[in-house]
Amino acid sequence: MKIMVAIKRVVDYAVKIRVKPDKSGVETSNVKMSMNPFCEIGLEEALRIKESGLASEVIAVSMGPSQCVDTLRTGLAMGADRAIHVESSAILYPLSVAKLLKALVDVEKPGLLILGKQAIDDDCNQTGQMVAGLLNWPQGTFASKVYEPVVLDKQREVATVEREVDGGLETLCLDLPAVITTDLRLNQPRYATLPNIMKAKSKVIKKFTPQELNVDIKSDLEVVQVTEPPKRKAGVIVSSVDDLIDKLKNEAHVI
Amino acid sequence: MAAQVLRRKTLANLSAHSSSLFSKSSFSLQRFISTLVLGEHEGGSIKAQSLSAVVAAKSLGEDNSISMLLAGSGPSVQEAARYAASCHPSISQVIVADSDTFMYPLAEPCAKLVHLIQQKGGYSHIMATSSSFGKNILPRAAALLDVSPITDVIEISGPQLFVRPIYAGNAFCTVRYTGAEPCMLTIRSTSFPVPVTSANSKSDVAPISQVDLSTFGEDKVCKSKYVNHTSQDSERPDLSNARIVVTGGRALKSAENFKMIEKLAEKLGAAVGATRAAVDAGFVPNELQVGQTGKIVAPELYMAFGVSGAIQHLAGMRDSKVIVAVNKDADAPIFQVADYGLVGDLFEVIPELLEKLPEKK
Repeated sequence: MKIMVAIKRVVDYAVKIRVKPDKSGVETSNVKMSMNPFCEIGLEEALRIKESGLASEVIAVSMGPSQCVDTLRTGLAMGADRAIHVESSAILYPLSVAKLLKALVDVEKPGLLILGKQAIDDDCNQTGQMVAGLLNWPQGTFASKVYEPVVLDKQREVATVEREVDGGLETLCLDLPAVITTDLRLNQPRYATLPNIMKAKSKVIKKFTPQELNVDIKSDLEVVQVTEPPKRKAGVIVSSVDDLIDKLKNEAHVI
Repeated sequence: MAAQVLRRKTLANLSAHSSSLFSKSSFSLQRFISTLVLGEHEGGSIKAQSLSAVVAAKSLGEDNSISMLLAGSGPSVQEAARYAASCHPSISQVIVADSDTFMYPLAEPCAKLVHLIQQKGGYSHIMATSSSFGKNILPRAAALLDVSPITDVIEISGPQLFVRPIYAGNAFCTVRYTGAEPCMLTIRSTSFPVPVTSANSKSDVAPISQVDLSTFGEDKVCKSKYVNHTSQDSERPDLSNARIVVTGGRALKSAENFKMIEKLAEKLGAAVGATRAAVDAGFVPNELQVGQTGKIVAPELYMAFGVSGAIQHLAGMRDSKVIVAVNKDADAPIFQVADYGLVGDLFEVIPELLEKLPEKK
């Protein structure tokens, strides 16, 4: 089976972001960009499933402006077989991304679609669930463990997924094809080795536009403004445990 | 369905009259707001977090009829429905979907149920709490209804105007929803606290209706099957809404040492939290993780021991009223958000605190 992995180019997790003075958004020019950590984990999981002989091909997909190609090359360097770039300079909200992914799934027909649970820029945590709904596929979100897909009798293939939920861990068994979104503890992604980075240069990145995929990306959301959160009042350093207890009791009144 | 048609007709008639007949001061086009809250229940009761969604729904507008939808199987969901019907004065209706299909809160049947209820009820808004339940189900339901959801809302500025955190809470984004009904959102329960109601306050009992699931249709093959779940049974308060949280980081060095955090929590009547590093290292289970991708907490008092204060951890606790940090490293970023910081060795500080803290009331 084929595995399709959606990857997103985001501001690097270690960057201290700045809100633009005109409140139109966050400063992203001249800022380090990377593959979303959750997407990296998703790609790593796909590669492991392929390496265990249960998938024939891993396809990395990204949507957005031309710079997405950089992220896709990193994915190819990690080991994806080929990549697809859906080029769009317009803002793509999760519902549009989900519709575009569905269109690609209809073309490529993978057995598994893997996404990161959330992008660390918008922190939406929506796209995987939405594309699963559009495809009417089962979903295993916030996965912290994916057991190797198993073919049951009558050609039915299933994947068992352990998910991190509020109350602990939940295990689900999903009929394939299915959507899985990855949580942080699923795996430790590999680094791309230099030979693989060189090999990646000759791997194929196919381009599509939303129009070619017959997807209308007009949005029903509008960003009105982006602001900084209120700053906390500066704190104090206390000198001893006695001092701390005193402050908590008599100043803050919390104990 | 009829209600939805009637509302559309009414609005169409009103807008057909130009502003010459109705000046803005004498007439205001009241958008009729009706909210469906997807509620979470357990042990025959409604989870506190779901009531936050009701509180949030109230702030959408004064004239808002709020219905709570509960999906489950058998006596426990019926008991939860009876609880819901009288637990909050703003709940005007309880809708119950009782079937084996909903024995476990799987996203596939639950999203389909929301779709069905929306088609019948024509709500202007659908809400859920931003818990793992709400996060798993609501976006899928939104896709079925072809609308963009707005998730993790921390402030409702208008019926279609919401504020949500981005970049691990380092920026706030104000978003306007410009699409068709329903407007769907998940809300952060820490931003919509449920006021404590006195035991004597009586609210009318809301009617409970059972959903007709005869047309629901089981898919021929069950595509997603619940296998099992693990959870920690604890007498300690729930991390999501505890008044005090005591968190340990990787500096605790071992699961054995983490017991010190637990003892301190016990002394304070607090919940125990952990950083991602502590969970990754296996000191504690995942459900204790506080942070951007773990739990978001906003207790009265948050005490962090051996926590460096990475951006991703701060995202989960920066709304705490009082933050205390204990760390050997005076340059640890946590001291920039702490109200009270103590530079010291937690292996000395915690025992001293245990000795000197007053017993919890």
